[in-house]
Amino acid sequence: MTDNYRDAKAAYDAAAEKAVQKNPERYGQFTTGGGLPLKRLYCPDDIEGVNYLDDISFPGSFPFTRGVQSNMYRGRFWTMRQYAGFATAEESNARYRYLLERGTTGLSVAFDLPTQIGYDTDHPMAQGECGKVGVAIDSLADMETLFDKIPLDKVSTSMTINAPASVLLAMYICVAEKQGIKSDDLSGTIQNDILKEYIARGTYIFPPAASMRLITDIFDFCGKHVPKWNTISISGYHIREAGSTAVQEVAFTLADGIAYVEAAKKTGQDPNVFGERLSFFFNAHNDLIEEVAKYRAARRLWARIMKERFGVTNPKALMLRFHTQTAGCTLTAQQPENNVIRVTLQALASVLGGTQSLHTNSMDEALALPTEKSVEIALRTQQIIAYESGVTNTVDPFAGSYVVESLTNEIEQNAINYINKIDDMGGMLKAIEAGYPQKEIQDSAYSYQKAIETEQTVVVGVNKFQTKESAHGRKLLRVDASVGERQIKKLHEMKSKRDNIAVKNLLDDVRKAAKSESENLMPAILNAVRVYATEGEICGVLREEFGEYVENVVL
Amino acid sequence: MTDKIRVVIAKPGLDGHDRGAKVIARALRDAGMEVIYTGLRQTPEQIVATALQEDADAVGISILSGAHHFYFEKVISLLKEKGAEDIIVFGGGVIPDEDVPDLIAMGAGAVFGPGTSTGTTIDWLKKAVAKDE
Amino acid sequence: MSVLSSKILNGDVRGIARAISIMENKTNRTGVSEAEELMKEIYPHTGNAWIIGITGSPGSGKSTLTDKLIEQFRTEGKKVGVIAVDPSSPFSGGAILADRIRMQRHSDDPEVYIRSLGARGALGGVSNGTRETSLILDASGKDIIIIETVGVGQSEIDIMRIADTVCVVLVPGLGDEIQIMKAGIMEIADVFVVNKADRDGADKVARETRAMLDLLKNKDWIPPVVLTIAEDGSGLPELVSKIDSHKKFMHDTEAGIERIERRLNSEVENLLLSRLVVRAWQLWGENKSNRIKDMLELKTNPYAIVDEIIKNI
Repeated sequence: MTDNYRDAKAAYDAAAEKAVQKNPERYGQFTTGGGLPLKRLYCPDDIEGVNYLDDISFPGSFPFTRGVQSNMYRGRFWTMRQYAGFATAEESNARYRYLLERGTTGLSVAFDLPTQIGYDTDHPMAQGECGKVGVAIDSLADMETLFDKIPLDKVSTSMTINAPASVLLAMYICVAEKQGIKSDDLSGTIQNDILKEYIARGTYIFPPAASMRLITDIFDFCGKHVPKWNTISISGYHIREAGSTAVQEVAFTLADGIAYVEAAKKTGQDPNVFGERLSFFFNAHNDLIEEVAKYRAARRLWARIMKERFGVTNPKALMLRFHTQTAGCTLTAQQPENNVIRVTLQALASVLGGTQSLHTNSMDEALALPTEKSVEIALRTQQIIAYESGVTNTVDPFAGSYVVESLTNEIEQNAINYINKIDDMGGMLKAIEAGYPQKEIQDSAYSYQKAIETEQTVVVGVNKFQTKESAHGRKLLRVDASVGERQIKKLHEMKSKRDNIAVKNLLDDVRKAAKSESENLMPAILNAVRVYATEGEICGVLREEFGEYVENVVL
Repeated sequence: MTDKIRVVIAKPGLDGHDRGAKVIARALRDAGMEVIYTGLRQTPEQIVATALQEDADAVGISILSGAHHFYFEKVISLLKEKGAEDIIVFGGGVIPDEDVPDLIAMGAGAVFGPGTSTGTTIDWLKKAVAKDE
Repeated sequence: MSVLSSKILNGDVRGIARAISIMENKTNRTGVSEAEELMKEIYPHTGNAWIIGITGSPGSGKSTLTDKLIEQFRTEGKKVGVIAVDPSSPFSGGAILADRIRMQRHSDDPEVYIRSLGARGALGGVSNGTRETSLILDASGKDIIIIETVGVGQSEIDIMRIADTVCVVLVPGLGDEIQIMKAGIMEIADVFVVNKADRDGADKVARETRAMLDLLKNKDWIPPVVLTIAEDGSGLPELVSKIDSHKKFMHDTEAGIERIERRLNSEVENLLLSRLVVRAWQLWGENKSNRIKDMLELKTNPYAIVDEIIKNI
């Protein structure tokens, strides 16, 4: 920096201080939404140490700070993928076809809680939950209905399924078989990320070792038979929803990623190969600048980790490709129409950050499941950003901004510090066992709540600008109890019609595969699914063999 | 000095979203209460047994999956069955305003929707427990 | 006999729960008589339960071990009471009691009673109401009572005065070997448990513990060292059998009598102390403001006042 620059900067600082003396600023210390201190002004000296080619470089080149493709959205927009599913397979199938007709470009299946936790609808623990937060799937029969008249070689399907991911993936492959489509031609994603279930989301079934085996079995199986499938979506979304900061979201997600790569390497798989199929899933929170920096930092750090820690050379295995969902936790039940604006800003951040696919929340999601109308507005929000805003016409428009590059550095560095700490604890599995990431997230969540209550953080309509209004009379989507009864009836009918001897034999094969340390579980699960063994039956066998996880709570 | 308020905070069913439950548990602790935290995946029977064994003044149910009708009804009726209707039941989570009157009619003391400050819950709980004694 | 006492003796859950709260809150009330009358009534019905203390550092897996012990004892048909003590916040006095998360599968078993207690400022690893709680559970007909201490990693010697068999839980990698030497845990342990025995270094912890125990050669009871993996239940049958051997030893030798005598002695000392404190506070409170005024005017002094209070006790 030249002397002229220094003098001018000093003069500015003095003038600004003087102005503040007269009229104090709104806060003594400004911070980002994620709690990073934010300066009044960012200038060239804040990014003095940045080397363009090493740290930023061109889109499509290592370390991919500016994006994973060279021309980004000038070619094709991100995949507009709305997470949906409720009640039974029939109702959800109708919702998917409604979304596809309106221009959604990828499906995203929400399963109900019994499905996510490996219980059939008639299990006692499933009472009251059927079809509530997603669609109920008990067997291949339900999956066939779910994708009825949807050609699986033409859509890409993302499934939010973790502990029993193998079973649902097997069902999807079988539906494709029946449509005459080979597994090679299937594209989509299973979430399959158990570590964040232990940390933040809570839909785990099995203990860590067995869970990691199921995951690496899927990596291996898909590498050979479903090559276009994203075998995992390593998710920071739920970590953020549980209350983490932006830095923690990046740090814990990438630390989870490291644990998966290590586990797969241990089974003899090559990160240059399976690394291509790893995908990520981030949150889009309120602080637009910080969020843009967050995506850029995550991309750069992952590329560096894959290259330096794991010696990866295949560029496709260095790229962090990610899906984004706008932050459900920022939606308010008060004045819900305001949520449309929040979602717009969050979606904009993810596009400016270079997302590969996006789900925009519907305004009524703090109240209940979204209605068709609000889902349509959410999708239109993405389309307006894509077609009207202009931000998609040049690549990574925020690059070179002093504050954005500076925050990108800071988020990366803080995330590295966390990852080093987790390394010192012996890796993410050990850290989870000690309750470390859980505690860090809870501390952040609690201080965020306190900041709202002391009005340090303003939430429009909640702690400021409240109006007296009532949500009564607003139309909400409801899933009534009869859905569960219908689903149980269907399940029992199916069980009376299938070949129960074949089911028993093939479930025995699943058990044998589970007992064997070396056998890949996927083929046995596929065979069982094909003869309509239910998800609950398959997971039941695995529960008996693997045991169940009990959460580790550190409060 | 009065006796310490003891509250069970429970996550019924399969819903894994425990941010709210943990935040309220900490806030109640910081307000001087003893909070018995059950963890995830509790059946109504487990929640009620816990409340009885722990001599709880109140049971707080956190639920975001939409299954609130089912679980409130079950917990409240089991408490009645055990002659423990004096134990206050309250709750929070993703519960639409229009469902609240139903839950109150079942016997819930209060239902706190999204955006409720922890202070509101604490004040209500202190008053409700005092009235109960 | 009071209604509450008969409820306890009948194993009534709400009665037991209320009685425990009365014991916990006794120092908060103007009179301690309710609590003490209750104890007098139920005391003759105690002495049947075997009380097991579980102590060890945070993260050593005490709660999981307790969960598995409950399972073992239940398969033998025994009725089990559990007292889980967690720290209280020094700032608010509140507490989050979360040990029972790992035992929740037993919570709706009618023959299992689990109670969480906040330490409420007590420093010895258990709360002030723990002894009374164990007596109540004993009188209610439990065969086994398991007390899980706070586990703050400091010396938790109070468990020795309450439990019949104290299990000290160690894990590899926490530097527990050094802890043992420092904190005098050697003296309180009847059984050592090396948990998470699938981890590297478990054998080393067991070996070093045994080596230290060799120094106790002249003792009648040398604490056994049991390796366990509480997560999957490995080693639990052996742990239970070692607890049983200790029980047998206590029954068959003078050591058992000695321990009971020691416990009764400290029980009287504690009661005496708490009663004296309550009484003394009461006497001091009666004429407090006048006496402070007198002291300000140098008409009297703290020493004279204390003499007067002690005389009237």
